[in-house]
Amino acid sequence: MSKNSSGFMAWVDRRFPLTELWNEHMARYFAPKNFNFWYFFGSLALLILVMQIATGIWLAMNYTPNSKMAFDSVEYIMRDVPWGWLIRFMHSTGASAFFIIVYLHMYRGLIYGSYKRPRELVWLIGASIFVLLMAEAFMGYLLPWGQMSYWGAEVITSLFGAIPWVGGGLETWLRGDFSVSNATLNRFFAWHAVLIPILLLALVVVHIIALHRVGSNNPDGVEIHDNEDEDGIPVDGVAFHPYYTVKDLVGVGVFLILFSLVVFFAPTLDGWFLEPDNFVKANTLKTPPEIKPLWYFMPFYAILRSVPNKLSGVLSMAASIVALFALPWLDRSPVKSHRYRGGLYQLGLGVFALTFLVLGFMGSQPPTPAHADLGFRFTELYFSFFIMMVIYSQPRSKGYYVGTLIVAAALIFGLDWLRVGDIPVDIMLRTWWIPAAYWLVFTVLPLFTRLHIPGDVPTRVTSR
Amino acid sequence: MRVLLVALLCLTYLLPALGSAAEGDVKLRHMSVDLSNKASLQRGARAFANYCLSCHAASHVRYKQVLPGLGLTAKEMRQNLMLPGRKIGDKMTVAMTHKEGKQWFGVAPPDLSNIERVRGADWLYTYLTSFYLDSSRPTGVNNAIFPKVAMPDILWEMQGLQKPVYKTVKDADGISRKVIAGFKQVRKGKLSPAKSDRMVRDLVNFLAYMSAPYQKKSHLVGLWIILGLILFTISSYFLKREYWKDVDH
Repeated sequence: MSKNSSGFMAWVDRRFPLTELWNEHMARYFAPKNFNFWYFFGSLALLILVMQIATGIWLAMNYTPNSKMAFDSVEYIMRDVPWGWLIRFMHSTGASAFFIIVYLHMYRGLIYGSYKRPRELVWLIGASIFVLLMAEAFMGYLLPWGQMSYWGAEVITSLFGAIPWVGGGLETWLRGDFSVSNATLNRFFAWHAVLIPILLLALVVVHIIALHRVGSNNPDGVEIHDNEDEDGIPVDGVAFHPYYTVKDLVGVGVFLILFSLVVFFAPTLDGWFLEPDNFVKANTLKTPPEIKPLWYFMPFYAILRSVPNKLSGVLSMAASIVALFALPWLDRSPVKSHRYRGGLYQLGLGVFALTFLVLGFMGSQPPTPAHADLGFRFTELYFSFFIMMVIYSQPRSKGYYVGTLIVAAALIFGLDWLRVGDIPVDIMLRTWWIPAAYWLVFTVLPLFTRLHIPGDVPTRVTSR
Repeated sequence: MRVLLVALLCLTYLLPALGSAAEGDVKLRHMSVDLSNKASLQRGARAFANYCLSCHAASHVRYKQVLPGLGLTAKEMRQNLMLPGRKIGDKMTVAMTHKEGKQWFGVAPPDLSNIERVRGADWLYTYLTSFYLDSSRPTGVNNAIFPKVAMPDILWEMQGLQKPVYKTVKDADGISRKVIAGFKQVRKGKLSPAKSDRMVRDLVNFLAYMSAPYQKKSHLVGLWIILGLILFTISSYFLKREYWKDVDH
């Protein structure tokens, strides 16, 4: 509370806890002083959210959510509305930037164990934000009513039709029609512009409130509140404002430079941020030769495509996202940061990042059997990471590792067996070593080395 | 670190296997777009008005919107590039309806407003120079990168007529097939080969301009904004350093 009992702030504070809120979340919120590069992405995500809402409002002023006029109204924005092209490119680039930032933000949580006790709720809320963000991006992509908008929406909504019993009804309900049509466009616009942004904003506030209750993690995974001075201030903490507000400004500057390079000089980024086919108005009679989502969905799309059966594909894709929610309960190791988790766990984290990138690349490739097979191998690696996490949660006996290797080998063989008939066997024989090598490394090395054993976690943050 | 390198090596080992076999018989030929070349854009606009705009519309583009890039006045535009009765604020539409287009060509001629965004300059340039004589086609011509295209060789009077030169190649499965290796001119056009080539480049240059008329402005504004952001970033870096001086980290 303000010490002055007179003056404007005092007047406000008696009626609304403004100073209290400011102190609680900014001036007296103590964050670890050892934040590194990875800690820029939270504030950057917030910046993009605000930017997307602002540009979205301006786009909505000129956009017409009607299947006969939507494409033309986007062209109108691009050509007739003053600075309309800039608003549109900021919004479309913002969508991709949002996913880059959020993926890096999530990976930060992964490598420093930020999802672990006591931050499980922060992680769960964050994962929910990620799901909402995917829905928001998917629905937004229908609005320009280009070829990819239309056919992408047709394919993705049809996935819901694969769910037994309720699928058909759900698909029709999502579309508001029996195929993607004007009704779909109208409801997607309502959800994209009103429903999901409201939920997103609410969840972001809840995400931050939850974070500020438990305090920020840091690259050492040390709880700074375990070391407080006599005033209750953590000795390794600094006030968020001004220390991190000024530091985040540097991050904002660098981000905006990169962002502007795309917006002003390569807004389509050679088809990665805006697909060429989407500059053609949707034609319900002409299926494009290749329907593919934008890059940020490609890893999940690759998982979907590489599983031969449609329902299994949809379930695998859903599982790949649900697995993220389960993270705090899969990884039970008390050590948070990768720095003290042992070399093998670090390797696992690196391979997981690589897996995600390769899956993204596979999603962008034409669906040949060889690609589907390789996609399947990396899908196996994707899920292997979560299983490995469970196994590395605590010290295990030698027999446990050997048993795991046998089960893994049986699973790899069994899954290949199920794929016979869908994928030529000679193609599978060329790639089976990928998951096999993964499990060999993670079960045999613990038998002969100490690379799986966590190191000592320091009691205070380090200045690395 | 070493682990990461090994992983990357494994990946590069895999990559060649991933390369898609997206090979057409004719390679795209590169042309560079130059939106600051006003003379080229003007010639391209004239070719566009003369040869394209009778069947293809550019229905999102208004005549006046391309004035700044062409460096023309409204009066010059009206005299040289527009049909009588058209207004400078009108969109570049055509009299032919979608239905008529379909009846006459089998497929309605696509709108050209965004065609360069969709196809890319290299594709358009190659396409417009790859028509060849083919008596099996109703139009008498075929196209090397767009087989069985419905569009007639609209530029033939300028470019002349050409026939394909084939070569035999073996594909990955060892099967020989005939592919187009190049063209041989069999009838001269009104323009010399160099001039007709320039005409196509100018035309594609104009199509590129029309796809993104804001592009030059975008580059200019972008430059200033990025310069401003660099200053902002540098000063916020020093601000940060000043604040963090008293933190032992």
